[in-house]
Amino acid sequence: MATTVQTGAAVHQAGQHGNSKVSETLYRLLLYGAVILGGVIFAIPFYWMLRTSVMPTTQVYLFPPEWWPDKFEWHHFKTPFAVFPFARFFLNSTFIAAGSAIGTALSSSVVGFSFARLRFPFRDKIFVIVLATMMLPEHVRLVPTYLLFVELDWIGTYRPLIIPNWFAPAFYVFLMRQFFMTIPRELDDSAMIDGCNPIGLFWRIHLPLSLPALGVVLIFMVTAQWNDFLHPLIYIQGVPNYTVALGLRLFEGHMTNNMQALMAASILGVLPTIILFFFAQRYFVQGIVVSGVKG
Amino acid sequence: MASITESQAQRGPFSWLRRDGKPMKPSTREAWYGYLLASPWIIGFIVFTFGPMLASLIIGLFRTDFLTEMTFVGLRWYQNVLSDSLVRKALFNTAIFCFTVVPINTALALLIAVMLNQGIRLQSFWRTLYYLPSVVSGVAVSLLWKWLYQPDIGLLNSILGPLLRPLGIDPPRWIFSTEWALPSLIIMAFWGAGGAMLIYLAGLRGIPTSLYEAAEIDGANSFRRFFAVTLPLLTPTIFFNVVLNIIGSWQVFTQAMVMTRGGPNNATLTMVLHIYNTGFQNFYFGYASAQAWLLFIIVLGFVILALRSASSWVHYDRV
Repeated sequence: MATTVQTGAAVHQAGQHGNSKVSETLYRLLLYGAVILGGVIFAIPFYWMLRTSVMPTTQVYLFPPEWWPDKFEWHHFKTPFAVFPFARFFLNSTFIAAGSAIGTALSSSVVGFSFARLRFPFRDKIFVIVLATMMLPEHVRLVPTYLLFVELDWIGTYRPLIIPNWFAPAFYVFLMRQFFMTIPRELDDSAMIDGCNPIGLFWRIHLPLSLPALGVVLIFMVTAQWNDFLHPLIYIQGVPNYTVALGLRLFEGHMTNNMQALMAASILGVLPTIILFFFAQRYFVQGIVVSGVKG
Repeated sequence: MASITESQAQRGPFSWLRRDGKPMKPSTREAWYGYLLASPWIIGFIVFTFGPMLASLIIGLFRTDFLTEMTFVGLRWYQNVLSDSLVRKALFNTAIFCFTVVPINTALALLIAVMLNQGIRLQSFWRTLYYLPSVVSGVAVSLLWKWLYQPDIGLLNSILGPLLRPLGIDPPRWIFSTEWALPSLIIMAFWGAGGAMLIYLAGLRGIPTSLYEAAEIDGANSFRRFFAVTLPLLTPTIFFNVVLNIIGSWQVFTQAMVMTRGGPNNATLTMVLHIYNTGFQNFYFGYASAQAWLLFIIVLGFVILALRSASSWVHYDRV
């Protein structure tokens, strides 16, 4: 990262010579116009969600729709909690997301370290299989893993949603390995001379240095699990055990005539991932760079 | 120092593997540690991936609901899968979804990334705004779009209606019409283009300015610079993304399940939704397995095709 090469961020300066002032201004104007227009289009669905959630009932079903609420009714945010145990749903989703994310962070960092730093026969061939499983459509395993969990008597528990993530999902192994590859080898050598075995090396040198990458794994996994719908749909039984995603769908079935409450519930449903994103934006961007650009 | 290492080697956790009690060679010891630390993935691969995939092939030979019935039917499901009109419909829909969403989203993401990379003010604000829709996904977003698509009082038609009606055209009934239901899911997917945009933006920032300067001295205008410098250097990133997007879009499920349940008249029936219906709604797990294998082979085929094509358009000689 700490390269002295001047990179694309400064391209616009390089591009400014030679063009006449007028065409440059026109170009900037068009550019800003396009960016703002696109931004507005991308923002409108969010706005519509918010606007619907606080609108009075008499106004929300008007045609043509109105853009600004006559008055703000915040009580729609209470409705989901009154009709279903939504607080419980949030707790359930949090438990599943946290349990999965911690397991994934631990296991994939250990495995990623092994592939990045230790030499063992067939290592590179095995790593190709890791990459290949990243390309695997998840759903080939859906029916047989369901059978496995039926046999283990895990249906109706959260175990099918959490435990598989404790076995180093391929994408996160790849991410951690890419990160460990950037840690200088000299650190390994000095630790080895001091008598560290590979586990000590991982624990004392690599893990403390890889906290940003672990942050990336945690955030990605929490977001993925929070948004997951198919697996909870298959494995979770009983309304009190529902996740937020399942709860929203249940709520929709009961709220066909209360769009404000439905949008309020949807806002609450996406809020945790949005908050997480804002607090950890740096990690998000970094994780995407590590996994996507260098891939 | 050396003696510490040696004695550690003797008492290392793998010393029991040697009956004669002699110290293990460092490289052998490292290999054992390597396998030990990689074991979570290896075990997980066998238990949750490789084993299930084999099992899936075998389950496909049975008529079973996993509870009361387990009848061997041979290759019947595998033969059925190719002639089943619902499977064909699901394949067709998913293929349309994939081959419109992936190219358009890639182009859109590149366009936004290039625009935001022109030294624009408030770059991080715009980046966040364009990226945010791809952070939120799942049921909540499907419910939101279902509301936006409402034909009579939804936002989309309230904008389109006044534009189209003077021309004598009624705005589409979106997810409630057979022609427009699948396009509705496709249009909704464009909202998530920000995910790839962020990757391309990071890729763009990694391109050295010296290359642009050289191109400019050679008299290349900004379009020429984009196609001769930017695009080729970005191809590895684009390639990686396109492959992941192809795989991801073949597995589209939540939107189709929440917004339309595959309807109307199976217009939005996707492969994963059909697998879910066959297995977890109608309890033909054998048939669902056979369908899942079909999906797997198709996706594998496209990934291999993409990898084969890579040598002709992906530039790996990076700067």
